[in-house]
Amino acid sequence: MIDETVLQILLLAVVAVPLLGAAAALLPAPPGLRGRSPEQAVLRHGVLVTGVVLVLTVALAAGFDHTRSGTMQAQTDASWVPALDVRLHLGVDGVSLPLLVLTALLTFLCALHAYFRPPAGPTPTAFVALLLLLETGTLATFAVLDLVLFFLAFETVLVPMYFLIARWGGGDAQGRERTAAAGKFVLYTVLGSLVMLLGLLVLGLGAGTFDMVRLAEAHGAGLGHTAQLLAVLAVGLGLAVKTPMWPLHSWLPDAHTAAPTVGSVLLAGVLLKMGTYGFVRILLPAAPEGMQTFAPYLAAFAAVGIVYGSLVCLALVRRGAAGDLKRLVAYSSVGHMGFVLLGIATLSKTGVNGALFANVAHGLITGLLFFLVGAVKDRTGSTDLDALAGRTGAALYARAPRLGGLLAFGAVASLGLPGLAGFWGEMLALLGAYHPADGLSRPAYLVFLALGGLGTLLTAAYLLLVVGRVCMGDPKPQAPAKSEQDGWRPAQPPLHTLTDVRAHEFAAWTPLAVLTVLAGLWPAALLGLTDPAVQNFLPGVTR
Amino acid sequence: MTATDAASPGTALAAGAVQSIDWAALAPPLLAALFGVGVLVADLFLEGTRKRLLGWTAAAGLALALLSLLPLVGEGRATFCLDGGAGPCGYTADAFALSVQLLVLGAALVVACMSMTAVEDEDLPRGEFWFLLLAASAGAALLPASRDLATLVVALEVASLPSFALVALRRSDGRSSEGALKFFVSSVTATAVLLLGVSFVYATTGSLHLADIARELPTADPRLSTLAAAGTALTLVGFAFKTAAVPFHFWVPETYVGAPLPVAAYLSVVGKAVGFSGLALVTVLGFRSYGHVWGPLLAALAALTMTVGNVAALRQRAGTADSAVRLLAWSSVGQAGYLLVPLAAAAYADEPGEAVGATVAYALMYGVVNLGAFACVALVRRGGGLRLSDLRGLGTRAPLTALLLAFFLLCLAGLPPGLVGLFAKVTVFRAAVDAGLGWLAAVMAVNVVIALAYYLRWTAVLFARAPEGPPLPAPGPARTAAPLTLAVAGTALLGLALSGAPQLILRFAGAALL
Repeated sequence: MIDETVLQILLLAVVAVPLLGAAAALLPAPPGLRGRSPEQAVLRHGVLVTGVVLVLTVALAAGFDHTRSGTMQAQTDASWVPALDVRLHLGVDGVSLPLLVLTALLTFLCALHAYFRPPAGPTPTAFVALLLLLETGTLATFAVLDLVLFFLAFETVLVPMYFLIARWGGGDAQGRERTAAAGKFVLYTVLGSLVMLLGLLVLGLGAGTFDMVRLAEAHGAGLGHTAQLLAVLAVGLGLAVKTPMWPLHSWLPDAHTAAPTVGSVLLAGVLLKMGTYGFVRILLPAAPEGMQTFAPYLAAFAAVGIVYGSLVCLALVRRGAAGDLKRLVAYSSVGHMGFVLLGIATLSKTGVNGALFANVAHGLITGLLFFLVGAVKDRTGSTDLDALAGRTGAALYARAPRLGGLLAFGAVASLGLPGLAGFWGEMLALLGAYHPADGLSRPAYLVFLALGGLGTLLTAAYLLLVVGRVCMGDPKPQAPAKSEQDGWRPAQPPLHTLTDVRAHEFAAWTPLAVLTVLAGLWPAALLGLTDPAVQNFLPGVTR
Repeated sequence: MTATDAASPGTALAAGAVQSIDWAALAPPLLAALFGVGVLVADLFLEGTRKRLLGWTAAAGLALALLSLLPLVGEGRATFCLDGGAGPCGYTADAFALSVQLLVLGAALVVACMSMTAVEDEDLPRGEFWFLLLAASAGAALLPASRDLATLVVALEVASLPSFALVALRRSDGRSSEGALKFFVSSVTATAVLLLGVSFVYATTGSLHLADIARELPTADPRLSTLAAAGTALTLVGFAFKTAAVPFHFWVPETYVGAPLPVAAYLSVVGKAVGFSGLALVTVLGFRSYGHVWGPLLAALAALTMTVGNVAALRQRAGTADSAVRLLAWSSVGQAGYLLVPLAAAAYADEPGEAVGATVAYALMYGVVNLGAFACVALVRRGGGLRLSDLRGLGTRAPLTALLLAFFLLCLAGLPPGLVGLFAKVTVFRAAVDAGLGWLAAVMAVNVVIALAYYLRWTAVLFARAPEGPPLPAPGPARTAAPLTLAVAGTALLGLALSGAPQLILRFAGAALL
């Protein structure tokens, strides 16, 4: 077991190293580290820094006392801005640890991906600096234990993500589409997070402290009913935009469609988790009465989101709908995050544990899916399903068997096949809805349960259709004249085969696939971490 | 007890009329004024080539005035007191006065650095320019320390009159005189209204000292309450004009565009400091008991000001002439709205001093980053007349300037990495939520989003691909750019330091300032 002081330093380093790395990326490379070209050197710098961060988080996870995962460990608590009562309070427990590791892993894989396939856009220097700044913000969000710092970390991701989408994104050459998408993303999230700030102020000023640990220990004591309602409404609104909860999700598909592969992976894999994490970390323990009041509404929106997301995906996958594969994965995220929100809204231990599990599972699976879709786009130049599939299907199984196999694996994991990561979270969330916490209307939750179940069916339907249209089909090139006659654009490119998975792609994707299988076969590893913390958040809840 | 009462008996005459004067307490505004007169006189005797010394002299004077603040910290000195020091005082160097003087004199020093380049580039009349700048700064430094309405009005006029002339100094440019005239006419109207308000208040309470007014107002004849309320509202108008609060903002865009760029920067920071410190003094010290009148009034002014300013800034098109300065002008109107929020909250708060502290903290942050943004714009295109679209591709042409400008803009927007701006906004939000002004906080949240839209759009333009076509005309001779570069570097260092240690200015928000 590693000493507490060492853990403390590790956690501080996890947040500080990417920030320093971002600043260092802007400086010219020192002699001896120049590499083949400045571009290569800076991309290597990105891999190096994110790799160090990953090692640090893994060390943190190894040194973490798993028998006490319900208590805060590696805590640093220093005064920063006494005037605002802002403390530099960091710590990690069973809820935040998996998310920290997930963030570090995904960012490292993204940096690795960018190293071998430099993103098309302006200089890689800015790209690496922004990527590291983004990592700082996300890691800090999961590590800080002060409401104002949480808000700060929440906002830190906006500027880097904006530029990643607006400068390195896809779409037309002029960049109007992606600039609009990036702008929409930032404005939605900022409006949400400012409303959240107001809620956090109500919470902090009402309870007399901005410290999350003390707020959680108080369980809403000292906060009036109205203050709790206001706080949950305002904070919840901000978090729901980020998550995103239907009907506040409309920024997400545009942002994903326009974002580069790396941006999509991090957006879906990490940024969305910040919203649900906030629900569990802040609202659940600090304003229990407010959550009790709003939980049924949250659950209702979540259930609608599940069905809505899968229906949109079904519409996108239809022949002739010109559905975009990235957009489809983005909408599937709306559905999956619906399960997470439903789990939280049950206010039961089963549900919240399921939600936290689904959170991580979604990060792994959707991260993998966006990588794969990016690879398909690299090879065929398009993510338009109709253009890809042509008349019979894109036939990835025949043209690039490994890529096709991985895509099918990702799709199957995403639809929640037992034995893979996607299953447990959604099952537990639904189970939680079967027995919601006392005081919540059980019939209502049974309806949500039914809607969620319907959602899983629809999810299975569209993902299998995606597999059918992308992985299967006739590998022979099709006669363009004929397909035009039928109203479809010719398949791109007219090549018979596609490059299969390259070595670096294997390196980037294998960890995600392996973890998906591991989490599916051994869910206790993750649930054992989160459960004690969840028990602390929900005292007096039996199930 | 008023001055006239004290002067009546024979023996009290000597003690009452001949007040002892604490020169050390007066030093900050006095030094600025003395150097101003000195520069004006020296201008007559200096030859043309050596007139550049005047600029450095003026800057040295402002630096000295800043240094003279140091011994006053924590002393709470007062002077021009009635009854040999027992009665109310006309000039108090308390924490509020000192912090606003720090803002005013520091901003004037940065503006002086920017102006040294502008004066050379645009060939402005040197002696007049430096005299006017120092005179206006002296007035602005006097105002936050004044504690009676007569001194306040005099200080306000001393701060305003040289500004009109400063705006008009680009004599070859028609827009300059147009801007100055607009500024002058609306300012004089506001002063007239202010004087009317002061006379109403005097009629109700029989005193001009803020401390006496605060004591007399609650116990005044109830039949005079309408008069007192009207006086309160009218007095606010004069200061609201200086803050460029809507609907007294119409002069802002034309005046900023017409003025030399450093003067616009000066007006955007020092002009606002004058306005909000006057507002804080009369409302919190004088009209405390009439909070139900000025509280909602200021809240409405704040909401209107930020909304109009930000929406107008959002509507600026990148290609029109002077759009960069116009955008800064409108955004400064929006920022003035945020400044008013804690002042409005002071009416409802238990501890109004803390709310005033939030305003001072916000103003200090705003001062640093707004001057930085102006200085960067001045550095890109000296002599003004800059369109936003001219900044396209600055990131490749001048990466450091572009990064710094982006930093200042993000500070103004209140988004990381501009931490100091973020914390300043949190302070203001906190004051509003603390006082129960939830609706105002919500309006402000929407406004911050609107503001973010244009700040971020501007930031994105900086790093967009450079346009094809003729490059910008070269700026003026490099040797005159040194002071301007110094201004950029100074504000940048200050902005970065404050982002790391926001406590440096936020401690004003934690303490009760008035």
